[in-house]
Amino acid sequence: MKRVLPWIVPILLIAAWQAASQFGLLRAQVLPAPTAVAEAAWRLTRSGELWTHVKISTWRALVGFAIGGGIGFVLGMANGLSAMSETLLDSTLQMIRNIPHLALIPLVILWFGIDEEAKIFLVALGVFFPIYVNTLHGVRSVDRQLLEMGRAYGMSERQLFLRVVLPGALPSIFVGLRYALGIMWLTLIVAETIAASSGIGYMAMNAREFMLVDVVVFAILVYAALGKLADSIARVLERVCLAWNPAYAKV
Amino acid sequence: MNVTVLDHFPEPDARVSSSGASVSLRGVTRSFGAHRVLHGIDLDIAPGQVVAIVGRSGCGKSTLLRLIAGLDAPTSGTVSVDGRSEGPRDTVRLMFQEPRLLPWQRVLANVEVGLSHNTDRRQRRRQAEEVLAQVGLTGRERDWPWVLSGGQKQRVALARALASHPRLLALDEPLGALDALTRIEMQDLIERVWRDKGFTAIVVTHDVTEAVALADRILLIEQGRVAMDVDVDLPRPRRRGDAQAAAIEGRILDRLLQRSGDAP
Repeated sequence: MKRVLPWIVPILLIAAWQAASQFGLLRAQVLPAPTAVAEAAWRLTRSGELWTHVKISTWRALVGFAIGGGIGFVLGMANGLSAMSETLLDSTLQMIRNIPHLALIPLVILWFGIDEEAKIFLVALGVFFPIYVNTLHGVRSVDRQLLEMGRAYGMSERQLFLRVVLPGALPSIFVGLRYALGIMWLTLIVAETIAASSGIGYMAMNAREFMLVDVVVFAILVYAALGKLADSIARVLERVCLAWNPAYAKV
Repeated sequence: MNVTVLDHFPEPDARVSSSGASVSLRGVTRSFGAHRVLHGIDLDIAPGQVVAIVGRSGCGKSTLLRLIAGLDAPTSGTVSVDGRSEGPRDTVRLMFQEPRLLPWQRVLANVEVGLSHNTDRRQRRRQAEEVLAQVGLTGRERDWPWVLSGGQKQRVALARALASHPRLLALDEPLGALDALTRIEMQDLIERVWRDKGFTAIVVTHDVTEAVALADRILLIEQGRVAMDVDVDLPRPRRRGDAQAAAIEGRILDRLLQRSGDAP
């Protein structure tokens, strides 16, 4: 019963939506019926069009995430471990952080046109800050007593990093990771909608020009599904990597 | 072979079977800013002795222990263990008031932290299992630290400290956070492994009863100086509630509480 309960409201909503479309309360140009959206999905899947767009969007998301997240992780670690590095970089980074990265879109289009670099740059910039801030916070919150113990027990700097600092910072890094995944899709949606010639966002904008509202609705659902998928993967990773933590342990 | 040479450059195998290290402090002073915590301490500790350091909070007893353990350096004076005042002290192991186990490592891996100098994985594992058995935790190798009780965590910490067969064990109020019964059990355990291995042990404690139960010699630190130096010449294993022990305890407590009749 507990498993069924959360599904009741969504199913009722979809049923109501279907009924409203059927009885002409909702015009197809405003919101097509769920069955029409499903038909569009089937059409796009069979033609292979969907797969092409999902592939390119996912590729952009992952490359941008790897670049931005990688730099954020390295700088977060560096600034957490070295006071010198922090004094040098942190205030600059905090200043840049106050610029909404999507505000850079006009500039980015001037720089890169609507090529891949533009999207990847925006995604990388978007995911950089949550990863950076949370890695830095994670390193800072590593238990000093454990560090002292590690040194007293003759751990090398490398061992200290791998066995004390990194695992200690990991819970916080995961918070940053999940937040960054949200920003990653959000940035990509905006970037693909405004300036792209492929990808899910382009698919939606292109469909809009031809008044294919069912395709537009379906593209939105695809974005939602991809976001949910990414978050689920992060949660599984979190459970595996933080199995030692009673907060994540299955009791 | 010359015994002194052996003492100065212990072979790994000699270390395993050897007795404790000697400790010697000459004119040791430690200041934090303008605040002087230790005032020119001279001290010699014989190999294999259990020495308890007692004193009120903030008297400098923990600072003294950290200097001996090599976690801190004196402002002036020298601290030498086995005649050596420089270099890494891998013959010295420290046990803290908190267990300080790595929460993300299982019990066995936490004990192996004490063996990080050993590169042979299988040997490390075997030694860690052996020492876990000595502290009575066989069967808990695969547990995460958070499932253990306070006393069990401290046992793991003790196993970690003992794993590399240290010649000097420094204990910084290791039983301070345990309940009364667990404390007595841990005291017995520490005494048992000490009799078995013969290392030198230095225990910082604010519990005078504990000091009398464990130590051959008790040092009372007051305002950064050794105010009292008492030999406890009682047979082991010691019975709790012994009259002679109570007398020694009384003398030390009188001094700590600044009661009359024991002026310096």
